[in-house]
Amino acid sequence: MAVLNDETLPLRSNEDVVRARQAARKCAIGLGFSLVEQTKIVTAASELARNTVIHGGGGTLLIESLNHDDRRGLRLKFEDQGPGIQNIDQALRDGYTTGNGLGLGLGGSKRLANEFEIHSEPGKGTRVVFIRWKG
Amino acid sequence: MERIPILKMGAYLLVTIQVDMHDQLALTLQDDLTDRIVKTRAKGVLIDISSLELVDSFMGRMLGNIAAMSHILDAETVVVGMRPAVAITLVELGLSLKGVKTALNVEKGMSLLEERVRGRVDGNGRFER
Repeated sequence: MAVLNDETLPLRSNEDVVRARQAARKCAIGLGFSLVEQTKIVTAASELARNTVIHGGGGTLLIESLNHDDRRGLRLKFEDQGPGIQNIDQALRDGYTTGNGLGLGLGGSKRLANEFEIHSEPGKGTRVVFIRWKG
Repeated sequence: MERIPILKMGAYLLVTIQVDMHDQLALTLQDDLTDRIVKTRAKGVLIDISSLELVDSFMGRMLGNIAAMSHILDAETVVVGMRPAVAITLVELGLSLKGVKTALNVEKGMSLLEERVRGRVDGNGRFER
């Protein structure tokens, strides 16, 4: 799997969440994703970027264009050095929330992905990887 | 501070969201709208989201809150113009916007509001007022 190009963005504020969405949209358009696929990618980017800002205390987003056997994909990697997630299964469950949201961000984003991974160490931080391949 | 304008037209309030919404903007709109409903005694709120390229769980919650709050304040809310790609994504995300009235466009939304405002019909088909 080759990375065609990448971009790193800071995630510290509400405005950074908007910028992350816009950058993800731009990348998805560049890769030729359909409008529905773009919307799914951008929505997941919004949910996960907000998690990084609110729960992770800020962090970064790495956006990568992928090529795997002539198949194009988009990878979003969210990283923070925040408190981490104690119970990932619980965090992925719909309706579970520690903030003031609906508790759909993590589980919902997973449903919008083709590949989805969470690595988290309490006290050290969280890394969430979202991949969507072109259909 | 950045704000989304709220227009008054007769007994209704009209909101067209034309910017890429961040969370604070959504919260401000929620506060401003409830404030205006009380001040203008509006009977209906129409929110046009046809320019919105995404609705995530935060914005979905904000729309649900506005609908619930306006209902308690004796006004009805209709959300109009959702893009098909946004609707598909919302459902997959797990958000069905229960409790939020929707219509395809502004025209249909307005007639829905007028119908509902003319008389809320109870379960037995009688007018409540």
